[in-house]
Amino acid sequence: MEGGADLSSVFERVPFGRSIGADDVTESFAFFDDWEDRYRYLIELGRELPPLPDACKTEENFIHGCQSQVWIVHRTDPATGRLQFAVDSDALIVRGLAAIVLAAFNDRTPAQILAADIEGYFASLDLLRHISPTRGNGLRAMVAKIRRLAEAAG
Amino acid sequence: MNSRVIAGFDVDAVRREFPILDQQVNGQPLVYLDNAATMQKPAAVIDAIAHYYRHDNANVHRGAHALASRATEAMEQARERVAEFLGGVAREEILWTRGTTESINLVANSWGRANLQPGDEILLTTMEHHANIVPWQMVAAATGARIRVLPITDDGALDLEALPGLLGERTRLVAITQMSNVLGTVNPVAEIARMAHAARALVLIDGAQAINHFEVDVRALGADFYALSGHKLFGPTGIGVLYGRRELLDAMPPWQGGGQMIERVSFDGTTYAQVPWKFEAGTPHIAGAIGLGAAVAWLQNLDRDAAERHERELLARLDTGLDAIAGVRRIGTAAARAAIASFVVDGVHPTDVGVLLDQQGVAVRAGHHCTMPLMARFGIPGTVRASLAPYNTLAEVDRLLVALDKALGFLR
Repeated sequence: MEGGADLSSVFERVPFGRSIGADDVTESFAFFDDWEDRYRYLIELGRELPPLPDACKTEENFIHGCQSQVWIVHRTDPATGRLQFAVDSDALIVRGLAAIVLAAFNDRTPAQILAADIEGYFASLDLLRHISPTRGNGLRAMVAKIRRLAEAAG
Repeated sequence: MNSRVIAGFDVDAVRREFPILDQQVNGQPLVYLDNAATMQKPAAVIDAIAHYYRHDNANVHRGAHALASRATEAMEQARERVAEFLGGVAREEILWTRGTTESINLVANSWGRANLQPGDEILLTTMEHHANIVPWQMVAAATGARIRVLPITDDGALDLEALPGLLGERTRLVAITQMSNVLGTVNPVAEIARMAHAARALVLIDGAQAINHFEVDVRALGADFYALSGHKLFGPTGIGVLYGRRELLDAMPPWQGGGQMIERVSFDGTTYAQVPWKFEAGTPHIAGAIGLGAAVAWLQNLDRDAAERHERELLARLDTGLDAIAGVRRIGTAAARAAIASFVVDGVHPTDVGVLLDQQGVAVRAGHHCTMPLMARFGIPGTVRASLAPYNTLAEVDRLLVALDKALGFLR
């Protein structure tokens, strides 16, 4: 596959779900008391997502239902059976939201992904109260795609 | 600078008529600069709708009782008012629709399907809203007609030099916007209509954006059809208008069938009512029509020249302020422009800007604005668009500029 070597390193460089887990994200958000800190952190998270090779930005990997363009790729780690994801978007805040989702879902088994209380996780992040419904829909489209992939893999 | 003194226009008095403006968003006073998406409503409009439902609600054109005649009279008075507002046309030439989109779809489905032949041409422009593209693509697919497109120049004006080469024997209709919802460009529609008519083509003008900024006389413009939305004219959503020349409307077949649009129905055959009712199947949006009538009445009481001067002053401040921010590039810089400033920022996605402005209480639109061919023309995914209304102030323009500066500090 074109860019295969590149892509493999992209999967390895995603820090979310590994060094940055859902608990870290929740704790950080609990710490902030104004929108500026929350958004600075969100944008920082977004910057830590390694960009996808252009060859991966295909219709198949495209997530519909987002205001901006979002692509997701996945693979199964043969050693552990865990699903690994990489996401890219042309909008920084969407990358940040994707990072939050991956903190909960990346490098997990399909069963763990399907059992995760993602709504509870979102509710714990005050940020999500303030995002627009269309952006919220984009976030949910991302989650729905990951869950479909987990169902197919599990 | 004092925000209140613009050429004798009392913006504070105007603002007081719009209850929605007095609120906080994300802890800051709301700055509403998404007026091209929808205008806010003066109390007079809100009250007219409430009054109708509290006192006069009934179905129109049928019941033999007092409420029915009051409702009918109120809706037909609104129609008269709109007819007068558009330059004193006949009330039969004013059709109620759901909005500009439905008005254009009505023409495409009724006039278009009855008249277009394979090889006939419909001329659009690069800057059209999807509402003035997709209905024509659909009718072209059904009839074999072809779409042709008048290009624009780099500053976002129509390329009028290309027009004579595009207007030909097969051109049946020129469908153009009077004012771009993205660029703010105000098009010379009267001149284009003259050329179109010389080529024996009809002219449909999409007035959704222009109608709230300028006085419009549809006959002086040379419009055979003129489409507008109530909600962009300080009125309610769900109501719009199609103006059509009487001879054209009389000759056009109905589009939707049902109650109210008929004269007599039997299983052997049905005869249709006269215009405008021929095109108004089913119970119309009575409250919407009454609300739109109230909006037009409100506008007729506004000093529109002063309001236009006020908006020009706001736009000049906005343009200058945007040009002063490094990395900001305005899209749409034509000489004839009004009330809308669109821009992109190097290396920054428009939707990110929109989110961070919203956090600061500033409402703008970010995206492709239902004009994907126009975005493709400029090679951009979208723009951030600030759009003005008479109730906006210089202080609000300044709030946008400060908030933008802050947002860009986050994003680059």
